[in-house]
Amino acid sequence: MTAPTDKEIIDFVIHEARLLDQHRFEEWLALYTDDAYYWMPLEWGQTDPKLVGSLMYEDKLLLQIRVERLKGNRTFSQKPKSRCHHVLQTPQIDSRDDAKGEYITWTPMHYVETRQDEQQLYAAWATHTLVTVGGALKIKLKRVDLVNCEAAFGNIQLFM
Amino acid sequence: MSRYRGNVKAVRDLVRPAEVHRDVYIDDEVFQLEMEHLFANTWVYIGHDSQIPNPGDYYGTTIGLQPVLMVRHTDNTVKVLFNRCPHKGTRITTEACGNTGKFFRCPYHAWSFKTDGSLLAIPLKKGYENTGLEQSHAGKGMASVRHVRNYRGFVFAKMNDAGPGFEEFFGESLSSFDNMVDRSPVGKLEVAGGPLRYMHNCNWKMLVENQTDTCHPMVAHESSAGTAINVWKNAPPGTKKPMAVEIFAPFMSPYEFFENMGIRVWPNGHGHTGVHHSIHSDYSAIPGYFEKMVAAYGEERAKHILGENRHNTVYFPNLMIKGPIQLIRLFKPLAPNKTLVESWTFRLVDAPDVLLERTQMYNRLINAPTSVVGHDDLEMYERAQEGLHVDANQWVNVQRLYDPQEPVDVTAETNGTTEWQMRNQFHAWQKFMTMSM
Repeated sequence: MTAPTDKEIIDFVIHEARLLDQHRFEEWLALYTDDAYYWMPLEWGQTDPKLVGSLMYEDKLLLQIRVERLKGNRTFSQKPKSRCHHVLQTPQIDSRDDAKGEYITWTPMHYVETRQDEQQLYAAWATHTLVTVGGALKIKLKRVDLVNCEAAFGNIQLFM
Repeated sequence: MSRYRGNVKAVRDLVRPAEVHRDVYIDDEVFQLEMEHLFANTWVYIGHDSQIPNPGDYYGTTIGLQPVLMVRHTDNTVKVLFNRCPHKGTRITTEACGNTGKFFRCPYHAWSFKTDGSLLAIPLKKGYENTGLEQSHAGKGMASVRHVRNYRGFVFAKMNDAGPGFEEFFGESLSSFDNMVDRSPVGKLEVAGGPLRYMHNCNWKMLVENQTDTCHPMVAHESSAGTAINVWKNAPPGTKKPMAVEIFAPFMSPYEFFENMGIRVWPNGHGHTGVHHSIHSDYSAIPGYFEKMVAAYGEERAKHILGENRHNTVYFPNLMIKGPIQLIRLFKPLAPNKTLVESWTFRLVDAPDVLLERTQMYNRLINAPTSVVGHDDLEMYERAQEGLHVDANQWVNVQRLYDPQEPVDVTAETNGTTEWQMRNQFHAWQKFMTMSM
């Protein structure tokens, strides 16, 4: 199996954001490995996801629950639905381990979430730990560090 | 034009036995009076003393809208000071927490104060000779909050001399704090990092009422807890039930579950759900924990401590605690339609880490701005905040299981779907709002 090129890795990260912006959540979730985590720390430079508070630290089951919930008829906080919009800097490849099939990217981004008349802008860095599974890139860990991670927020309902 | 200021009767008339006027949620003047009276006459939660373990450690927070700081004085006692320089008003500390050493130093003109607030030094002090500074407000240093009490690590303060003393105010309700602390084999809690901070565009009391509202989980949280149950059904047979499902699933319990769990009310607006059992009762046992508890307390007492699974205990006016999972939520009023919710977690000292892991998971899943449970709660509050502007009906109903003979300011246990605790809170609201008017 040939290792992914830098361009393939970069395109993958950009594609992930596009799926979210287009509400293609099932396709989005399929990008994650079965043992994947989506982590949004609460503290600046946080290292422990379990014994320290986080905004999100969710395995695939919990992400699946979110995706299913967004479709529900009685999901009151999504009547009307939220929309989101990502602006990414070009992902930077911080590490590549072709032998192990593991790649880490760093992507500064602005994220907008809207619902009704409200529009919120968030700034964050996304760190993707990608692995190759059966020749395809998958997300093993997506870590989203908000610039103002410890600030008070209203509802953040979709995915950064 | 003042409708409520200087009119005790108008304030009192906002609360009827089983309904309350919408102005308690939406009126600017009522909110201002709450800050001046309700939050001054009651014991308000400040913080936990493990946030300030060493002399000079401080933590900044608010009582109502007023900035205060909690500080460990050189004699190891905890002081609560108003966080303003007595000179020009500058807030002394802006970091959420830190260590100030032996004294506070105002960054504007370098006036300095001991950690009990008393004036230590002023640069170029001869400029104040024969000016009468000693008799001025400024000469007295940083003012301290007069009444402070540290109960098993939890620090409360009361600004006014009016209002009951600490023991009288809280009475038997302190048993919920006892249970939370006793769950540590050494009887000690430590704050586990900073809080989740969740901004709500609604009145703070809606959140407090929701804490003992047992008729909403299976409705408002069907989309989250119900979906969790459904997704979990697809797991391969024999898969161990994950902690997250254990946390979500009980929200979908039927009405009978909540009726039977019971509610207990106490005088002065305190009360709790989960007298007999609660949504926290059936969590998996954590290996090694019970043994440690038995070693510390003996089997009978350990069973008694762990058998008490109170759901939400409301400490009037604006605190809720969950003893079985070592989590507290503070509802900080910012405006009639704006509330900051802080959800704090605690480590049971000398207990297995998995307990803290569960506490943190619960906080993320239920109390975070990213929580699918929180999203639907906030949606309900914000809809109510808007709906209350309808003039045709200006009253909010709290009548469920109301008995016209219902006594006030008593300890009582009753059906877990009653709104008695909400009525209890409003009776206390009326009392503490008007006692200093």
